[in-house]
Amino acid sequence: MSYLDYTLATAPAGWRKILHVHWPLVFLIGAVSSVGFLMLYSVAGGDLDTWAEPQMKRFAVGLVVMFAIGFTPIKFWKGLSVVGYVGTVLLLVAVELFGSMGMGAQRWLELGPIRLQPSELMKITLVMMLAAYYDWLDPRKVSRPLWVLIPVLLILIPAALVLKQPNLGTTLLLLAGGGAVMLVAGVSLWYFGAVIGSAAGLVSAIFESRGTSWQLIKDYQFRRIDTFLDPSADPLGAGYNIMQAKIALGSGGWGGKGFMQGTQSQLNFLPEKHTDFIFNTLAEEFGFVGGISLLTLYVLIIGFCFLSAFSNRDRYGALVTYGIATAFFLLIAVNMGMVMGMLPVVGVPLPLVSNGGTAMIILLMGFGLVQSAHIHRPR
Amino acid sequence: MRRAQHLVLEASRRMTRRGLLLGTLQGAFIGALAYRMRQLQIEQAGEFQLLADENRIKIRLIPPARGLIQDRKGVLLAGNEQNYRITIIREDTEDVPGTLADLSRLIALSDEDIAKLIAEIEKRSPTLPITIADRLTWEEFSRVAVNAPSLPGVSTEVGLSRVYPHRGDFAHVLGYVGPVSDYDLSKMEDPDPILQIPKFQIGKLGVEAKLEDVLRGKAGVKRVEVNVKGREMREIDRREGDAGANVVLTLDARLQNFLIARLGVESAAAVAIDLEDGDILAIGSTPTFDPNLFVRGISSADYALLTENDHRPLADKTVQGAYPPGSTFKIVTALAALEAGVIGPGEKVYCPGFTQLGDRKFHCWRRGGHGHVDLEQSLEQSCDVYYYEVAQRVGIDKIAEMARRLGIGVKHDLPMSAVSEGVAPDKVWKQTRYGKDWLVGDTLNSAIGQGYVLASPLQLAVMAGRVATGKALQPRLIKALDDVPQAKPVVPPLGISEEHLAAVRGGMYAVMNGNRGTASASRTVDKTLLMAGKTGTSQVRNISTAERAAGVISNKDLPWERRDHALFVCFAPFDAPRVAVSVVVEHGGGGSAVAAPLARDILLYALFDGLPPLEVYPSAQRDKVRELLDTIPLADPSTFTTGGISRA
Repeated sequence: MSYLDYTLATAPAGWRKILHVHWPLVFLIGAVSSVGFLMLYSVAGGDLDTWAEPQMKRFAVGLVVMFAIGFTPIKFWKGLSVVGYVGTVLLLVAVELFGSMGMGAQRWLELGPIRLQPSELMKITLVMMLAAYYDWLDPRKVSRPLWVLIPVLLILIPAALVLKQPNLGTTLLLLAGGGAVMLVAGVSLWYFGAVIGSAAGLVSAIFESRGTSWQLIKDYQFRRIDTFLDPSADPLGAGYNIMQAKIALGSGGWGGKGFMQGTQSQLNFLPEKHTDFIFNTLAEEFGFVGGISLLTLYVLIIGFCFLSAFSNRDRYGALVTYGIATAFFLLIAVNMGMVMGMLPVVGVPLPLVSNGGTAMIILLMGFGLVQSAHIHRPR
Repeated sequence: MRRAQHLVLEASRRMTRRGLLLGTLQGAFIGALAYRMRQLQIEQAGEFQLLADENRIKIRLIPPARGLIQDRKGVLLAGNEQNYRITIIREDTEDVPGTLADLSRLIALSDEDIAKLIAEIEKRSPTLPITIADRLTWEEFSRVAVNAPSLPGVSTEVGLSRVYPHRGDFAHVLGYVGPVSDYDLSKMEDPDPILQIPKFQIGKLGVEAKLEDVLRGKAGVKRVEVNVKGREMREIDRREGDAGANVVLTLDARLQNFLIARLGVESAAAVAIDLEDGDILAIGSTPTFDPNLFVRGISSADYALLTENDHRPLADKTVQGAYPPGSTFKIVTALAALEAGVIGPGEKVYCPGFTQLGDRKFHCWRRGGHGHVDLEQSLEQSCDVYYYEVAQRVGIDKIAEMARRLGIGVKHDLPMSAVSEGVAPDKVWKQTRYGKDWLVGDTLNSAIGQGYVLASPLQLAVMAGRVATGKALQPRLIKALDDVPQAKPVVPPLGISEEHLAAVRGGMYAVMNGNRGTASASRTVDKTLLMAGKTGTSQVRNISTAERAAGVISNKDLPWERRDHALFVCFAPFDAPRVAVSVVVEHGGGGSAVAAPLARDILLYALFDGLPPLEVYPSAQRDKVRELLDTIPLADPSTFTTGGISRA
């Protein structure tokens, strides 16, 4: 049986697609989201209406979106990649021009009742764009400088727009997510070495720029870095949040203080307890056991995505799956690294768990693409 | 075709390899996250648990109940009442004016109050509780408590607050408490942490201030769980403090009430001392003020009324006030002369109405003179010239020494504020004070209690008591501390010969009972309750030669503040003295006309432990006395309580 014997014709069609849905992934996503509902109920002091119920509604909507995307052939999404990418970049420009200010940064676009965060959507459309690019590109050319430059530009354009909002967290996620797709697509490792090397140079340049006329990042971002490097230096000022977060997490111990018994979160010592620091509430109330359990669920989700990508001979589908899984991983890694004091506080929510409007829907859209790639993979 | 197939396969394999590399990197990072979680939650858990407890558990002090102050019979003079108050925390209130408007339907809050409160609330920290109203009735308080859930940020609190049930009667001796100020704290070396409690009350004046350490008690401690804003969520445990010790004073509430009422509108002071052990039975200064005003925080209008009054209600004239004792000081001069042996009790001195000293004339109050007078007559008629003569013989230093022996010019150790030492001047004193030599003229002035001599009403009462008993009586105010009665003082004899004391007492007896006694109008007729006393009228102005020539202007023609002080000291019963009384009426006029009747009534009230029967008064005076005693506004003793906490 030759490679060409695999044809799209053998892909499931109609209601049979339901049988080919990656159900373990769906259940894991549901499990993680349920943990989120539980924690949102807890941090609201045992109240459903505040955060948990709206989150459940968003999850229900997101689930429908996920299946709708998943049942749509991956070819269709491949065809939409360029349009999606260009459209999202235009939205980012629109935010720049008309967006609302949120937390000192332009992030939202008010479209009637919908509050759109194009930077969130960008994570997915960038992955789609890069996957489509490498699917189109002759694999032999991937490491040629000109063909490397194009995806680099594809990444840098939205990254620059998001950085200007300014949203450092999402910028880094776009860079890392895009880089991961390029890595998997087979771009020579030398390029990555060079980029990491020059990134180190850039970081030192940023520190050099502090206090000069050409300062590259904002003062509050510098302060966040300072705080990260030494949170205890200013426990009542900028370091307060991360110190309280670590106290919440650490004091949970092995088995936690019990559901709704976390003193740090219930007495409001823990900041942003329903968004960025929701993992600390979980770790405080359910301890190491609870934290490791959630981490395991996440590892299983990422692992299943990778397994699906390994067995997918459709280059576009596999690349999209790797890209989405990596974007998901990056959210987890940055958020958990941040709340445990390993990374600076950049304001990245914990995927599927943190209370968040667009984030939940966008993530489920991403998993919709993973499902579509899985259902419609060549057999 | 095969080549293309090979390329596709190669690309696919490469992608899988790269996928594995990416997965490994991700797995490694997740491993690092898990390791970090283990580090924080298992290895450092104890440390973080401690920090979490430090966050949530706060130690709060519980203010102790302040010790009670009672009179010698157990009547409550200073107690604590439950103070119901309502506070608001701006941070927890979305709409301050709206909440206050809601509140005004439950308790009395005028629009003006609300406007003031809003201004204050805006000014202060949003997290601090601001008192909206205090000293609410139980009904108002419970109405607000019931409705608290619909009044965001409003909370009800119960505290203890000082209350003085006798209002002005004990204002000067007890003083009052007030919220501890930064100034108070700055004066203390190592302030009790309890003083950091906002609005904690400490003694500011009088017994309240002097016995602060005894009355305050020890703070209790409670551990509470707080949220990030410091709001108490629940109490974990508590250890009650120790209430302050109770203080029993030697005072008698009914006598004190009578004393204040009897002094009435005069600017006056009176002291009554029990002669057995020096117990101060009553010590009052008028006009007085309501110390409760100060506890609550006196309004500037009320305060202005007190400070602008020329009768100085805030001053404690009994111990702070130092007055020229006038003729009452003749007791001192007489004893000094007798003890020095420069004159005998029966020896006579001729009084022509004045004493010539160089080119200066020292006048007797009686222009025509008293003729030949002995000691008894000199006291009875208060002859000045007799004392000019004997003072010159004995010299000022011996007079001053006798004054100190009798309690003038020495500071009596009492737990009251600003106890005056008075002045018993001698040569050294004038040299130190003014850098000038003592003149004979000074001796003459001092002999009759003018010039530099100053004594407080308390000292005058002590003097009368010491002369009456012949013992070095020490006035005392504290009868029992923390239920432990104070030891009965051992009173040593004065060391003055009994013969000389008897001679002076005889003169004081004649003042009241002699035909020409200056205070005979204030005598008693009960044989068992005969009084002995001495009048005094001290000048507060110099009488010029010109005025003396034209006739001394009578007191009632002078403005109030230039009139003479009226003084009187006395004790009774004459043959077995039990109580001594002194009265000073500022600018009251003559001691015999103004001070003596007051002193008599107070003395009799003390002896009878209540209003005296009219039979002790001379029959001609009884109707007037009855009318007077009937009109005095006395407190109803049935309202006196013995202690505990009263409810507002």
